Amino acid sequence: MKRIAKSSIAVRRLAQVVPVMVLATLVVFGLMHIVPGDPAVVLAGDQATGERIEEIRQLYGFDQPFLIQYWNWLSDAMRGDLSQSLLSSESVSVLIAQNFPNTLLVVVYAMVISLVIGVPLGIAAAIRAGSAADAAVGALSSVGVAMPNFWLGMILVSFFALSLGWFPATGAGSITEDFPEAIWRGTLPAVALAAGGIAEISRQVRSALLEVLSSQFVRTLRAKGLSSRTILWKHGLKNISVTLLTVTGLLFNRLLGGTVVVEAIFAYPGMGNLIVRAAINKDFPVVQGVVLSMVVVVVLTNLIIDILCGLIDPRVSQK
Amino acid sequence: MSLSVPQVRGQQKSLPAFLSRFLKDPKALIATTYLLLLILLSVLAPWIAPYSPTDQNFAEALAEPSTAHLFGTDDLGRDVLSRLIYGAGYSLYASFLAVSIATLIGAPLGLLAGFLGSWVDTVISRIIDTLLSFPGIVLAIGVTGALGIGLTHGMVAVGLVFSPIMARLARAQTLVVKNELYVDAARSFGASTWRLLYRHILPNAVQPLIVQITLLLAMALLAEASLSFLGLGVQPPDPSWGGMLARAYIYMDLVPAQMYAPGIAILLTALAFNALGESLRVYLDPTMKGL
Repeated sequence: MKRIAKSSIAVRRLAQVVPVMVLATLVVFGLMHIVPGDPAVVLAGDQATGERIEEIRQLYGFDQPFLIQYWNWLSDAMRGDLSQSLLSSESVSVLIAQNFPNTLLVVVYAMVISLVIGVPLGIAAAIRAGSAADAAVGALSSVGVAMPNFWLGMILVSFFALSLGWFPATGAGSITEDFPEAIWRGTLPAVALAAGGIAEISRQVRSALLEVLSSQFVRTLRAKGLSSRTILWKHGLKNISVTLLTVTGLLFNRLLGGTVVVEAIFAYPGMGNLIVRAAINKDFPVVQGVVLSMVVVVVLTNLIIDILCGLIDPRVSQK
Repeated sequence: MSLSVPQVRGQQKSLPAFLSRFLKDPKALIATTYLLLLILLSVLAPWIAPYSPTDQNFAEALAEPSTAHLFGTDDLGRDVLSRLIYGAGYSLYASFLAVSIATLIGAPLGLLAGFLGSWVDTVISRIIDTLLSFPGIVLAIGVTGALGIGLTHGMVAVGLVFSPIMARLARAQTLVVKNELYVDAARSFGASTWRLLYRHILPNAVQPLIVQITLLLAMALLAEASLSFLGLGVQPPDPSWGGMLARAYIYMDLVPAQMYAPGIAILLTALAFNALGESLRVYLDPTMKGL
């Protein structure tokens, strides 16, 4: 019985993902069509001849109805063909395959830092709610949320790379060939990115834990004579695990966005530098490819997290 | 026939009473004062700033702070303090523009979805889900690239990206309010949908939206700084805090001190918007009562 219920949640969630994916791909494809003027003229560049414009129009199918163009683009994309960069003529899929692993490394790294530091801070603040330590964590997280991550990156470079020389200021290591080096070079970008994550996680853990600790059942456990320690570790943390998972999912999305700016500081060869260069140079196939691959990763991550939440907490699956 | 808006959700006292209570909160007082000063500074910039923000003077490029240039000069010999003062105006304009767009698009859609329900709600909710799945700044960069690079296009893009946040909140609030007795009463008196939304639902759902608007101002400010830093927002030679950081970064080993002032300005302003939002939430958001 139980197994059937669980697999049906997964199926239902999958069914919800389909319309989101269709809409998301429409948005990504639509990016090309909010370009003021004739997209073929824009894509062809400033010094293009009429022939070149016509060639581009044919190549990208701008002479066809919107939905046909969308369908052609989508079916190509699903086969992994995201067209070519207008700047370098490289395949967009290849560019993404080269850059996405570097970005994911920094994002996952930053997520681990956020959790490892943010969760204990949030717990400490919640069990001593109202104390000076709680106020300190609160102040720290206010600053963490308001801190421009690229500015923190600059400060980190100034101290740890230029003054102390502990870390390289720019570049990335090869993940496949030298993983420790890749981690080493990803450290400063990940720390710059994690400040906001630590703030967010500690804040959410604090409020979720406070809510659990002030609930009826915890009061009953207290009355039963359970020690605060047992209540916290056995009941408190178990009950915030769903919140923690949900927040982690949202954080993943935010870090993926944040890395775009942080990569610029560290000249880090990732998706951020790819899309910024492409946006400045009107290299739309690359812009679309980056946005598309990021949204696909986010939607899939959210799907996995939703299913995990359902597995951990039966109340979620009953909704 | 006229039905007055009932005071069901309480705490809707007169504005002076609200202000006097609100400003007793030291955090709110500091944040409000800071933001008012910043607005004043940006309006009075032509009279306050010691120099023009764009005048170049290569003889004095990259000068250390001195009495003539309190914050030094940048690589083109422009006065850093003056650029900082003028930059405030661009940042505030950008934040308010983006948040206005987010509110004007998001709030009505959320109200409609929550109020009408059925397929309208399903469609709008799916759109909200979809837009929230994009990493915000990435989509904003994509839209800016498509519309053409520049501050206004950038902030239109940020506003579009933020609109689902407003829509989701407005929808949730509407769902709560629309089942209140006074809405049923108004409906049974024959109030039109428009009148129900405008006279009864919106005034009672608006308080959490005001809190969210304040918090979004901080996010919009950070987004503007990021876009300007990347060269996709305020365009040179116009001054912006993010753009100043980008230049300071290039010359970081020559004049490392120049990266602090614009960064602190961004941090303080974002902190002030957030502090204002948090304080407003205590007074305005009914779900926060008793916390």
